[in-house]
Amino acid sequence: MTTPDAMALGNDPQDVTLAGTASTRRNVLDLDDFTPDEIASVLDDTGAMVEVLGRDIKKVPTLRGRVVVTMFYESSTRTRISFEEAGKVLSADVINMASSGSSVDKGESLLNTGLTLQAMGVDVLVVRHPHSGAPYLLARHLPQVSIINAGDGLHAHPTQALLDLYTMRERLGSLSGARVVIVGDVLHSRVARSNLWGLTKMGAQVVLSGPTTLMPLDLLSGRDELEEDHPFAQVEVDTDLDRAIEGADVVMALRLQSERQQGGFLPSIREYIRRWQVTDDRLAKARSGALVMHPGPMNEGVEISTSLAHGESSVIEAQVTNGVAVRMALLYRLCAGRGGRNGEGNS
Amino acid sequence: MASSGTERPERQIMDAQEIQRSMSRIAHEILERNRGVGDLVLVGIHTRGVILSQRLAENIQRFEGSQAPLAELDINLYRDDLQARENPRVRPTKFPVDIQGKRVVLVDDVLFTGRTIRAALDALSDLGRPRQVQLAILVDRGHRELPIRADYVGKNVPTSLDEEVKVRLTETDQNEDVIIVKLGREIK
Repeated sequence: MTTPDAMALGNDPQDVTLAGTASTRRNVLDLDDFTPDEIASVLDDTGAMVEVLGRDIKKVPTLRGRVVVTMFYESSTRTRISFEEAGKVLSADVINMASSGSSVDKGESLLNTGLTLQAMGVDVLVVRHPHSGAPYLLARHLPQVSIINAGDGLHAHPTQALLDLYTMRERLGSLSGARVVIVGDVLHSRVARSNLWGLTKMGAQVVLSGPTTLMPLDLLSGRDELEEDHPFAQVEVDTDLDRAIEGADVVMALRLQSERQQGGFLPSIREYIRRWQVTDDRLAKARSGALVMHPGPMNEGVEISTSLAHGESSVIEAQVTNGVAVRMALLYRLCAGRGGRNGEGNS
Repeated sequence: MASSGTERPERQIMDAQEIQRSMSRIAHEILERNRGVGDLVLVGIHTRGVILSQRLAENIQRFEGSQAPLAELDINLYRDDLQARENPRVRPTKFPVDIQGKRVVLVDDVLFTGRTIRAALDALSDLGRPRQVQLAILVDRGHRELPIRADYVGKNVPTSLDEEVKVRLTETDQNEDVIIVKLGREIK
């Protein structure tokens, strides 16, 4: 399964074994193989990392001597810098590999690049790739390296979902029962897909809203085939944002890529703005104190109004800060417990 | 330490009352040595050190009528045995006070190899430069691997390496006592 169907509700079950058990997690590929307890413990650890980031001297020696490589086959600012900062605060050596200027330009395959890095003794490989499933391929063939999926095609973006969950839990106190409205291009959004796993596992009530052409219709049409206890069985879809937003605790706007109009998914950007832009007026229908989120980068004035993006309800900057802490928690978790030297009893 | 689930011989070395007496004696000793609460900051090491530091603070409040500031330290990010940790967790370090120029009393339950205290000293130096660091411990079980000693000791207990000392406090455990458990295997 090198390129799983991006629309698939879940992953091939055999992939679950790639992650290892909760106490010895080896890879972070998506949130579908996390238990609610493991998600909660990652979020707890994240809180401890937030404290480290708040210090005058933002440096702890935890991952001294570990090598983290970020391998991005797609452009990114925040995710890449966030991983780099996370690794450096924990004292790991972080090496950034850009696909241009590397042997990828000479036609080296993803797998051979991965094998080369494994032979160099890399501990963690952070991968972003335009093809869904690329990190799974690496995870299957690189037994000595931990893989973190930093976004694969239309499939998953688990670290973004975890930082979203942390930001919500921190502000709301609990995710259980929270009404979270995700607005926009859910169909092409790996952020939304990973958030669906995380939010439903943590007991949140998820509502998807946006143009019908940008809704994952398999979620609707395939719903009858879902087992009753499947986490997605409870997800609502409501294309009328004004109705969907009523009583929401969180409104998450997704980035609308301008190519979608050329692709025939939208009649016009103006119509999108009129019906689905998250605005102050619409937010007034949500629960008072509701949070406004966006995974970035934003098209201000398209999926979200400028005044809202920088207004009091917005936690968009907190999302970015928390992103570093979440990635620290994951790097720590993956690097610890990887066999080896002698242990110790109490104190 | 993970428990194997099999029945193991254990013996009690301190009961609830002895723990309480030790904590009040240590509180007196801290006050005597530092001539009052003055520049004191009590820093508990997670998890049981935090509880013991709170108890020390209560005692000091009772004896002296003034409060010693409390802080919580998690040393997991400073350990030297990261690879051997299963299911690693980090707990929040809470430092509501500035330790710059203060007399810090580190508080933990058991002093063994000294590696936890080494890690705690590293963590402290990232948070400021205290004037002095002292160490208060409920049980010193020997077998140091580093040149570290405690300034205040509840009880010295000679142990062998195949034993484990367990401090159980009502806040985290059902009982309130200190026991020695025979592991039946050598820990390195």
